[in-house]
This record gives sequence, C-alpha cells and structure tokens, in this order.
Amino acid sequence: MTPAQLYALVGIGLFFVGLYALGVRQHLLPRILALNIMGSGVFVVLVALARRSDGVDPVPHAMVITGIVVAVSATALALRLMLRVAHATGSATLTDTGDE
Amino acid sequence: MSGVSLLVQPVWLILLPLVGSIMVFLLASRRAAVGVAVVAGNLALVAGSIGRLGITGPWQHSVGGWGAPLGIDLYLDGLSATMLAMTALVSLGISAYSAAYFSAAAARHFWPLWLLLLTAMNALFLSRDLFNLYVTLELVGIAAVALTAMRGQREALVAAMRYLLTTLLGSMSYLLGVALLYHSTGSVDMVLVGEAPIPASVAAAAFALMAVGLLLKTALFPFHFWLPGAHSSASAPVSAALSALVVKVGFYILLRLWIEVFPALGDGVAWLLGILGGVAVLWGSLQAILQQRAKMLVAYSTVAQLGYFFLALPLVAAGGSRVWGAIVLLVIAHALAKAAMFMAAGNLLAFAGHDRIRDLDRVVQRMPLTAAALGLAGVSIMGLPPSGGFSGKWLLLQASLEQGNWPIALVLLLGGVLAAVYVFKLLEHIFTSGTPLGEPRAVARTMEWAPLMLAIGAIVLGFLATTTLDFLIIGEPFVPGRRDDY
Repeated sequence: MTPAQLYALVGIGLFFVGLYALGVRQHLLPRILALNIMGSGVFVVLVALARRSDGVDPVPHAMVITGIVVAVSATALALRLMLRVAHATGSATLTDTGDE
Repeated sequence: MSGVSLLVQPVWLILLPLVGSIMVFLLASRRAAVGVAVVAGNLALVAGSIGRLGITGPWQHSVGGWGAPLGIDLYLDGLSATMLAMTALVSLGISAYSAAYFSAAAARHFWPLWLLLLTAMNALFLSRDLFNLYVTLELVGIAAVALTAMRGQREALVAAMRYLLTTLLGSMSYLLGVALLYHSTGSVDMVLVGEAPIPASVAAAAFALMAVGLLLKTALFPFHFWLPGAHSSASAPVSAALSALVVKVGFYILLRLWIEVFPALGDGVAWLLGILGGVAVLWGSLQAILQQRAKMLVAYSTVAQLGYFFLALPLVAAGGSRVWGAIVLLVIAHALAKAAMFMAAGNLLAFAGHDRIRDLDRVVQRMPLTAAALGLAGVSIMGLPPSGGFSGKWLLLQASLEQGNWPIALVLLLGGVLAAVYVFKLLEHIFTSGTPLGEPRAVARTMEWAPLMLAIGAIVLGFLATTTLDFLIIGEPFVPGRRDDY
C-alpha cells in the first residue's frame, strides 16, 4: 500500500467516525463537530488521491480550499443556530417540540 | 459581440440576483421594491436566454475566459433553461407575495437571503461540473436553512437546525462521491466523467454516496423526516420556495447524474428508487389526509408529490426522453401548484390567526381569490385535466401501460385518488362555517393574486405540455455523451 492510499483510507475512516458521532450524539455541538470531521475526512481523501505517478494534481487542492471556505460558513451558521435553539428551547438538542 | 448577445450570457443570471442581494442588504428602505425588480429582471434574462436557445441551440460559456478544468464552465440546454424558467416564474410570484407579507423588520432578513437563494439556484442549473454543483448545492442549503430559521419561533428554529444537519450530511456524502469519481477519471466535468472508464466498484460506491446525499436533500421517503417540520414552520413565502423549488434542486442533479455520469445503472437501482417513490406517494398522501393543520397537510403533500418523480424511474430505461419529459412536466406543475397552495395556506393563517382545518370559517366568501387558488392548485396536484399535473401523470400512465408495468400504473391512479381526498378535505372546510376565533384580519390584495396567478400557471401548463416537451429536448439533455453543436 502506498502512503497516498493509506491517507485516503484514513480520510474514509474519519468520514465514518464523524457519521457515527452524528448518529449517536444528542447534543448539537458534538453533532456539528462530527460534520466537520466528516468534511475533513473528505478533504484528506481529495488531497491524498491528488498524488499521481507524474507529480501532484493541483485541482483537488483548489477544491479542498473551496470546500474549507464552504465548511467554515456552514459551521458558523450551524453554531449560531445552535445557540438560538438552546436559547429558545432550553437545551441544545433536537427534542421534538410537538405540533403546537 | 453585439450588445444583445452580451446581455444573454448566462453569467448575468448569477450576477444580477447576487448584486441585488448585496444591494437590498445595504439598503435602509424600499427593500421589497428593489427585490421584486431584481426578480422581474431575472425573469427577463431567462426569457432572453430561452429566445437565444431557440435560435442558436445549447451553448456554453467559460467564465472569465478560463475553460475547464481550472475555470468554471456554464452550460445551457433545454432542460436547464426549463428549470431556470420555472424558478424565475415561481420566484416572481413568491416575491410579489412577500412584498406585502413581511414587515419592514422581517424584510431586512428576508430579501438578501431570498435573492441569495435565487443566485444559488440559478448557478446550480447552469453548472455541469460535479464540484461546482457541490458548491451551489451547499449555497442553496445554507440560504434555505437561514430562511427557515428567520421566523425565530421555537419550532422553526428546531426544524431549521434539523434541516441544516441533514443538508450538510447530504453534501458531505455527495462530495465523497465526487472525490472518488475524480480519482478514477481525473475530471469533474459530467460528460467527461461519464465517458471515462470507471471501475464498477468505484462507480457503485460513488453513485451510492452521491444518491444518498441527494435523496436526503430531496426528502425521498424514508429521508423525508426533516421536511414537514421545516416546510410547515417557515413563514408562508419561504414554505412556498422550499417546497416548490429547493427540493427540486437535488432531484435535478440526480437526473443529470443518472443520464450523463451513470448511464449504465441497472434496473435494480431504478426499481429500488421507484419503490421508495411509490411508498412516498402512498405514505405522504395518507399522512396528508390525517393532518389537522393546513400547512402540515400541504407539506405532506410535497412528500407524496416528490415520490412521483422517483416512481417513474423504472420506466426510463425503455421509455427514454418521453418519460423524462413527463417527469420534468410534473416537477414544473408541482412547483407552480405547491407554491400557490403554500401561499394560499399562508393567507388562511394570516386571515384567521390559525390554520386548523376544522376551524376555518367560510373562507370562500371572505377570500374568494385565495379559495380559487387553492381549488386550481388542487386540480393540478390531483392530476385532473386540464392541468400540468394531469399531462405529466397521463404520459407516465401511458408509458407504464405500454410497458405492461401494472404496479406503477396502479400507484399513479391510487395516488391521484388519495390526493383528491386531502385536497377536498381542505376545500370542504373553506366552504363551511366554523368557529371564528377572534377578529379576522384583512389580507393584502397582492397576497391573494400571487397564488392565484401561479395556480392558473399550473393549469395553463396543461395546454402548453407539447411545447414544453419540445423545448426541453433542445441540446438532447436526456441522451448521454458529448454533443458538438455548441
């Protein structure tokens, strides 16, 4: 196994670690962090697989930088929304509030 | 290059709403007027693009002169132009409604986000590289979540949070699929990826990841858990935008992937999605029938109507572009009718102060235009002639009978009957008297006209079905492979 493949596997591992945490955690903060870990996993896969026999392909690096910008914005929105949810419901979880 | 052809470059469809969004953010007043003007301008630009498409055929534009793979290519064919036109028309209706609906304080939040959502959707329909689609998909999601949360009530905040986690999970899943495809093909251009040899195992993993991500966003059963809460707790124009337009975006990408990137998908996948779609039709309709509140009923109706798009997928292999055309007709008909329904339901809520179906009091005498909008939109949702909903379902019924596909024909008919039950449940109570709770408040004229115009649009689509189907196939969007005529 080449180092690049090893990194790619680590990235896929991170993706599933994040997915697991997103599924089992109740509190919103770990769930938002879990999504960030999944994102980092995807970025590691992209960067690792950019290494080719004839050098390094720059396009995935550009994608990762764009992806990081998107992830930062989404995280900022998620954190702000989490605070509003905690303020309105008294807990930072997605408890069902019922229809009324 | 002449001035006219410069103006019909697709890049303006992204720049105009984007600049408009920043402008309404900076403005201290008259946000609604500027917002409506921008959305009207957007419709004019789309009309220009459609005109050019009819004359010169599909075309491509490299932003800033940088071609792929470093630059971003925009691409317009019959399918993307149809989606842009649907978005532009429905957006204008929603904008006219919103101008009267929101207070000055709420307008400060609504208009910049709304124009940003329009920017993102336009960019998405013009993109055809997988990574650009990811970025625009994420922009659509973020703007949609912020609009959902805008109302600030507890249930809207919780629903928006659930929606955000779902949409981000969907994006991550989609992006991992893109990474796998890029690794084995060295490209993110849909057509190039589709033509490159991809190992079967990679293709299967990539499709599974991307499809699950997009289905989460499209809320196909059983991924619909976030939809009724988010769509019913948002303010009325936002509900209309979410149900009519935002959920279609994921389906559009899936359709493009299905045709261009994964043309070799087996019958098994089509049947799996078809069965989920069939369950969505039946389950969503039953839930809609059981709801006690108008907005929840309309939201579950969306779950059901989204099911039809997937229900038809097993017919695609043998039916080709005719079946795709019927599906797109249903997408447009649903966009028009559902936007009308959500805005009409918003009128009921604004008028009576509640939307409990049982307690609606003789709405038809007090708001005849709203009642007419609900009735006409209901005709299209039920699939009665003449309407866009009827044309789409009729074509699908024909295809399923020709192919001897009885299960699909049966679900199509049963879904129509169930839709009639929930539409009449709503209509029945707007004709009868109920217990008025407090003094009813008058609703602005434009808030009655906007849903009525969109509902009439859903009916007119039935008469324009052939024209729409002919226009759709410009540039052969339903045939895989590179075309050299642009």
